[in-house]
Amino acid sequence: MKLLDTVRARRPALKRETMPRAKKFAIVGLPALFVLAITGSASLGLIVAGLILAALYVPAWHVLPLGKWIVPLTVIVLAVLYPFYQPNLFDVLVFGNFPSIDTGVTMLIFIMMALGLNIVVGYAGLLDLGYVAFYAMGAYTAAWFASQHFSNVTFHLGGVGVGPEVPGIHVSIWLVLLIAGIITAFTGIVIGFPTLRLRGDYLAIVTLGFGEIMPQIANNGDNLAGFNVTNGPQGINPIDPPGFGDSLNSAVGLPTDFLTSPNSLRLFYWTALGLVLFTVFCSVRLRDSRLGRAWIAIREDETAAAAMGVPLMRTKTWAYAAGAFFGGIAGAYYASFKSGTFPADFYFNISVFILCMVILGGMGSIWGVIVGAAFLSYLNQEGLANIGAWMNKNGVSDAVFGKDIDVPLYTSGIFGVILVLTMLFRPEGLIPSSRRKAEFHEGVAEHAPLYDVEHE
Amino acid sequence: MATEQASIRVRPGYKPDWLSIIGIALVVLFGIWLLINFIKTPADFYDLFLIGLTNGAIYGLVAIGYSLVYGILELINFAHGDVFMLGGMLVATMTTSWALDTKSGTVLWLFVVLMLLITMAFCATINTTIEIVAYRRLRNAPRLAPLITAIGMSFILQNIGLIWKGARPTSVPDILPHGTVFTIGGVPYTWNRFIVILFTVPVLLSLMWLVQKTRQGKAMRATAQDREAAAMMGISVNRTISFTFFIAGCMAGAAALLYALYFTNIRYTEGFRVGLIAFTAAVLGGIGNLPGAVLGGLVIGFVQAFNEGLGWHSPGSDWTQSIVFGILILILVFRPEGLLGERTPEGA
Repeated sequence: MKLLDTVRARRPALKRETMPRAKKFAIVGLPALFVLAITGSASLGLIVAGLILAALYVPAWHVLPLGKWIVPLTVIVLAVLYPFYQPNLFDVLVFGNFPSIDTGVTMLIFIMMALGLNIVVGYAGLLDLGYVAFYAMGAYTAAWFASQHFSNVTFHLGGVGVGPEVPGIHVSIWLVLLIAGIITAFTGIVIGFPTLRLRGDYLAIVTLGFGEIMPQIANNGDNLAGFNVTNGPQGINPIDPPGFGDSLNSAVGLPTDFLTSPNSLRLFYWTALGLVLFTVFCSVRLRDSRLGRAWIAIREDETAAAAMGVPLMRTKTWAYAAGAFFGGIAGAYYASFKSGTFPADFYFNISVFILCMVILGGMGSIWGVIVGAAFLSYLNQEGLANIGAWMNKNGVSDAVFGKDIDVPLYTSGIFGVILVLTMLFRPEGLIPSSRRKAEFHEGVAEHAPLYDVEHE
Repeated sequence: MATEQASIRVRPGYKPDWLSIIGIALVVLFGIWLLINFIKTPADFYDLFLIGLTNGAIYGLVAIGYSLVYGILELINFAHGDVFMLGGMLVATMTTSWALDTKSGTVLWLFVVLMLLITMAFCATINTTIEIVAYRRLRNAPRLAPLITAIGMSFILQNIGLIWKGARPTSVPDILPHGTVFTIGGVPYTWNRFIVILFTVPVLLSLMWLVQKTRQGKAMRATAQDREAAAMMGISVNRTISFTFFIAGCMAGAAALLYALYFTNIRYTEGFRVGLIAFTAAVLGGIGNLPGAVLGGLVIGFVQAFNEGLGWHSPGSDWTQSIVFGILILILVFRPEGLLGERTPEGA
């Protein structure tokens, strides 16, 4: 009996799936704030908050038909309508105005990349410090298949924004996204094949090596055995924009060319949102599949998983390929959005930046990763500059530092602090999946031995 | 008779697998490339050999820091390179503010030794603080947790370096003498290179003595082998680990001084770059193995120098980083235990 108690104390049972506090708070708080912002009426905001609270605490809510869809659908609707109500939003204290649509597109692309990395790090537990290699691969694929870079050939397949006589390969971006995904997934397999035999930190360091080699190839790629592959430090630009071409435009009214369209940014935004939804859908389905369960088994105990018949190499390689696939699509879309790709975009700090999103949000938790990626990429794009401007304007900088400060200068330090604090005080992330949380706290349970015997 | 035949048959023969054949072929190709270059331009070769020796000694010193920490905690201390960088920045500050370029002779040497001690203490303090603040709490957490914290610490230190000295490289006054010590193959071996070796060798010897002969070194080795058993034998595990970080920081400090004085400039990203090269060196030599780390550092130093300097079919300095990481990947694929290390479960 005594022994059993000790065992129970050391290994807390997985808790029943309950909604974490942060998620609850977000669900109640955000819509209320939005209502407050749009109507400017505090009472209406309170009513909305009350309604949502009531909905959360009515026990029958989850068993309603479509009950579990209420929250995701609300978020999706709010996200889709964002370009319409964004100009009417109020200013938040310290953070200033809400992110612009331009920033929104970048945020969505980073959400997609973070979700891709989440498959590798969160599901399969393989620390990948070179995820930027996949991003770069996707971006360069877009550059090769949809620009004037290879000017000695002329090949058009649905490319928009360029005349039929323009040299280079011009494939429709929709096709390029798919090609980029596949090529990048293939790169993932190629990189994974020799390296996935390694475990833990060795794997991390090898992926870091690949992540460092990639920008150097991009940088020196203007003369690879006589061929100009990447156009060196100048990068490749312009890259064709997405679009549906004239025939689809006249037939069903889809926009011809995103770049020249009157509401260009909104089109980019909605497409990115569609890609994110696709990624979320795939993430959820993959997680619940046989493959996904195998990933989680490997993450929790590689030896035990192998003993139960999980083929380690093949399963890990699939995790790499799946993660790389989404990274590649995101990279290709970002290149098309920015209309260019440059080696300087692919350094190590981007890998860590994306990793930071996954860790802050909660490894393995889709909601968590979305929130983490949205928040951090917002901070990077607008947030830090806004905070700095606010601090300088209101005398906070003078009071603390004695002079005006340039907050974006501290970006890498701030991300470092986020990584350290998250790991020290909430290693499971802001919105963890309950399973991952149990794993992280298993090792530091109350009755854990003073010194770890073996923890791999 | 029958038993004798049987015993002959079961004797395990050496079966070359394709992986080791490729590995050996790569090494042989590298050797041939070196040889042809040596025959074509012997003077360049000697010069590059001396450059490689100097760089390699510095890499080896940094690599020891990685190896020490990995040996005891099985943690890749990503922040180590940045501790080294901050040490280099301190050296830049000291040489400038004490106007050491105007001094010479014994006074200069006294100042250099003083700077060595200060930089070692400075780096050791940072390294120990990092351990207490960031790693100690996570000693029983899953392995990924301290690794991620280490990356975070590395970013923080890099940011500190950026704010301290700005984004541009900080130049360090050139205070080392450039006279010739001796000449091999018509190439002079200058004092500023010789000094690097002159400082590295005693530092390494005292480290070896510390680890092999003293009580504290015995405690370190015991803790590295089995932390729990060491604790049962009355070794203060926390203090031993702190001490290991202290020693690792000292090595980074010594390397920082030599690096700053020899290359005469330092930049905030340099720590990360040198750190990765040194980590590669540590893995190459067999991580956790101290002579291995030095050997790995020298090999990487030579490879880098030959790659950047040799005329016949060398990729050039554009590709140095790629080659170093290529070596890292190849080593982990072909011989994860390193040149002098033992096989670990990570690499199996």
